Amino acid sequence: MAANGDRPFPPGDYPIVVIGSGPGGLQTSYSLTRLGVEHALISRDSSPGGMFRFYPVFERLLSWTQYDAPFERGTRPYEWYDQNSLVGDVREHQAICADVMDRTHVVPSRPEMEQGLAAFVDRTDVRVRYQCEWQSTRRDDDGSLVLTTTDGEYRCRAAVFALGVTDPWRSPIPGVEDVPHYADCRKQEHYAGKRVFIIGKRNSGFELADGLLAWASQIILASPRPVETGNFAQASVRARYLQPYEVSALGGGVFALDAAIERIERNDDGYFVVANGTTRPGRVQITADEAIAATGFRTPLQDLPDLGVATVAQGRIPALTSYWRSVSTEGVYFAGNATQGARGLRKHGGSSSSPALHGFRYNARLLARHLAKELLGIEPERPRLEPDEVVPFLLEELAQAPELWAQKGYLARAVSFDPEAGIVDDGIVPLAHFVDEPGPDAVAVAVEMTAEGVIYPAAYLRKGARLTERELSGELLHQFQDGQHARELKELLSGLVP
Amino acid sequence: MIDPDALARLALFADLNRAQLEAAAQLFDEDMYELGDRVLRQGLTGNAFYVLLDGCVAVKIDGTERARLFPGDFFGEVSILTGEAPTADIVATSAIRCAVLGEPEVESFLIQNPRVMLRMLQAEARRVRSANLWHE
Repeated sequence: MAANGDRPFPPGDYPIVVIGSGPGGLQTSYSLTRLGVEHALISRDSSPGGMFRFYPVFERLLSWTQYDAPFERGTRPYEWYDQNSLVGDVREHQAICADVMDRTHVVPSRPEMEQGLAAFVDRTDVRVRYQCEWQSTRRDDDGSLVLTTTDGEYRCRAAVFALGVTDPWRSPIPGVEDVPHYADCRKQEHYAGKRVFIIGKRNSGFELADGLLAWASQIILASPRPVETGNFAQASVRARYLQPYEVSALGGGVFALDAAIERIERNDDGYFVVANGTTRPGRVQITADEAIAATGFRTPLQDLPDLGVATVAQGRIPALTSYWRSVSTEGVYFAGNATQGARGLRKHGGSSSSPALHGFRYNARLLARHLAKELLGIEPERPRLEPDEVVPFLLEELAQAPELWAQKGYLARAVSFDPEAGIVDDGIVPLAHFVDEPGPDAVAVAVEMTAEGVIYPAAYLRKGARLTERELSGELLHQFQDGQHARELKELLSGLVP
Repeated sequence: MIDPDALARLALFADLNRAQLEAAAQLFDEDMYELGDRVLRQGLTGNAFYVLLDGCVAVKIDGTERARLFPGDFFGEVSILTGEAPTADIVATSAIRCAVLGEPEVESFLIQNPRVMLRMLQAEARRVRSANLWHE
């Protein structure tokens, strides 16, 4: 646990207040600090880690950290091979999860994950005011936000809520209120020899099924939609939890039912479930000794909807702009898992990686840069490029930039051709923001994926009021720094680069 | 994921039973946009199918408004069915809320729900008729 005896950030006025000491809050605070932005970081918890202090219930994550990778550990390209570390600006702040893992698995245990986040706090000296619980929110006449906490009031121009998506949520099925949630799942031994009914067939449902496979006598998972595994990168269940699905496919002691649950009843013997098939019609009645609702979580927004914060996904997620501000409320921003509320372009049906640390760590870094500029006028560094450097630079980004690989079709690298400033590197930007906002002539490159799972590089040219999209050639080993790609990009940038 | 009752209120989904509605609700996402946001972009590929739940959008070609769409109306399907980029921008003229289905899911959803496909065809036929009347 990180020591924090001096309790920093007493109640008062700050330009920005960040709420939450999970990975989203820690990354945001770190990035703001590196930009020299004054802010407070408060948390109701007593130690860093957020949800990773408790979840996943069976203590092993599904995101990889490859200790040895094609790029040297701690470098920027290496980040793509380490999905579990927060990202730093100097070597000692990088790849920390890799340092704490014991290499028995490529995915960390929950304690390793928690340890890695605590080590990030220690190494970077991110300061947190722990045990300071945000209780309510209001807006003052001058437009400032006022956060009431257990320690007093914080007044700010912008608040960044890094709350996680951590409140247990149940789909509205009659009787579901009598079913324990995933968050209340008991130790595996409790389910020994029992018939277990799991509501939900996404990651949390299959995580439970995988964990109970060696214990339960029968497992039935049910939800209306089938498990989607056609494109592994967009599968509704990650490969690590597919063992129960294989058992189901072979007709063993697991059933993965595509069925809408009509009702579920708690009785003296356990549970009685009535469901109706969707992919294949038919009515089923199920008796089970135990039932678990693996129906997901929601963002603990507290009174923010009263302040005007609009939500999507049945009230579970805040609806956000490209830079992760509430679409309906000024000054209210989000970091962490909730940034999935910024939809992006949805090209080819793809979703962002914002629900996962390896996606939202970059969102947080961009948010810090955005807030620094918009609120405090701190201009980000925009290195100049010579004309003949543009194409090699963009191709190197396409081949190696971890932001583009982690957030495919969502984040992009932009270079602008400004009549006054010259050719400048605008850094990583949300792709949706780039294509929708006016500006000088500019190009952005992104790594994208088709619905069939084919990865390819793409470029977007903004010239005058016209936007041109160009899909560049794919390459089997994703080597985008060759002559073919250089020719394709030069053709697009004709007149702008030699 | 979207509230099944939000879909149940729309004519497009009027023929689905509860189980089919719940399956559809797990497949569709829900998006919100601010006034002035672009939902579909003229010339940009890889889009989605949208059904407007709340608010109003304008159909703009090269910046010129050609039509407005209202709750219950849908858009994006032509681009997906033809495999070509949209020929118009769709721009929110108020805060809007949409049900969204990604391009890869549209064909299989329509094949699995032929009554939705029929209602979509009827709506398309009305649009063609209106367009013909406009040109007369």
